[in-house]
Amino acid sequence: MDSVGKTVGVAAALCIVCSILVSTAAVKLKPIQTKNAELDMKKNILSAAGLYKDDNSIEEVYSAKVVEKVIELESGSLTQIDPKTFDLRKAEQHPEKSIKIKNDIAQLGRRAKQSNVYLIKGEQGFDGVILPIKSQGLWAVMYGFLALEKDGVTVKGFQYYSQAETPGLGAEVDNPKWKAQWVGKKVFNLDFKPEITLVKTVIDPKSEMAKHQIDALSGATITTNGVQNSLRYWLSEDGYGKFLTSYRQGVQL
Amino acid sequence: MKMKELLLTPIFKKNPIALQVLGICSALAVTVQTKNALVMGLAVSLVTGISSMMVSIIRNHVPGSIRIIVQMTVIASMVIVAEQFMKAYIFDVWKTMAVYVGLIITNCIVMGRTEAFAMKNSPWPSFLDGIGQGLGYTALLVTVAIVRELIGSGKFFGIEVLKTVNNGGWYQTNGLMLLPPSAFFLIAFIIWIIRTIDKSQVEKE
Repeated sequence: MDSVGKTVGVAAALCIVCSILVSTAAVKLKPIQTKNAELDMKKNILSAAGLYKDDNSIEEVYSAKVVEKVIELESGSLTQIDPKTFDLRKAEQHPEKSIKIKNDIAQLGRRAKQSNVYLIKGEQGFDGVILPIKSQGLWAVMYGFLALEKDGVTVKGFQYYSQAETPGLGAEVDNPKWKAQWVGKKVFNLDFKPEITLVKTVIDPKSEMAKHQIDALSGATITTNGVQNSLRYWLSEDGYGKFLTSYRQGVQL
Repeated sequence: MKMKELLLTPIFKKNPIALQVLGICSALAVTVQTKNALVMGLAVSLVTGISSMMVSIIRNHVPGSIRIIVQMTVIASMVIVAEQFMKAYIFDVWKTMAVYVGLIITNCIVMGRTEAFAMKNSPWPSFLDGIGQGLGYTALLVTVAIVRELIGSGKFFGIEVLKTVNNGGWYQTNGLMLLPPSAFFLIAFIIWIIRTIDKSQVEKE
């Protein structure tokens, strides 16, 4: 039997050595990790808008094309908050910076009062806008970006950057073929009410509704509903609706 | 024991999954895509190797009453360090398997080897034993993943080989292969095959 003193001593020494090891690795590698995460986010934003070329040009294209802004969702107006200091994920969990969602179709519980938006610089004014969206999927929350054209109605591109849906079924949201059909669809009807449906039947290209319809993911009803609800929620008045109204009118942008 | 023996016997003769039936949980989770299975396998190999070596270095000073906790602490620290490195240098890979990296801590192989081997042997053989066990785990994981990925999504290492119906081809993917239970069936098949070839692995009644 070992003495109590030795047991405690070994345990203490081990804890100190291990914690030094872990914290050194975490602190030393933090800058590279943060840079990776930032670059990855920029890549996601660019690819949602179809601007992504290759890994080397991310920074260059991003700074040339994208203007980051923070908006107030309630009023739809721009704020003076510096996008670099605004953390959407933290704000969503902050009791004062977030509110409970009333008509919670996207099953999120709460949403931040403010949100990031990414405006795409055009030759004159802005060429489009990229909006972060999220909703509950089958297994976890799915995070994505929706890029709209200058008119604020037509889809420029749509894609998820973080999801944990079933590979081969729900995870087909990442299938390039499925993502490609979003381009050119209209997410609002003529009254500027959100109008987008994922349909399980064959889309009739001649129908009036075809421009509001997307092919559902086969075998993944809950993921499909999640995608549909995320768009319906985030484009509603409670989401980016007010902001998009002023965006379309070109107010103060 | 010889170096070669330590490294190679776990791959077929004493496979940690097929013979010792350790580390099954993660074998179900990360074998949908071959690439993830391979990275997971390599990460487990490294963690098992280094943890075994560290435990072996301090084995004569570890009081028996807290030895399991000591092993666990060493393993957990190694896994966190490995994850930090992945996050810094292979970010894309880390993203696809974020949760599972942390779960290496709970992989029975790692602790099984530190307890069964590293506590009784010197550092270098312990390291080789850890790497060898990890390679055995990797070999089985990759085998399962190749079958699951091919039948389940028509791909091999992410490259489409069977053109699927979803992409306008002919191959109707098998959804069962994408769900965790299929890994159980495949592992059972592999164990059956291995034990048919190598009768010495069959348990005595």
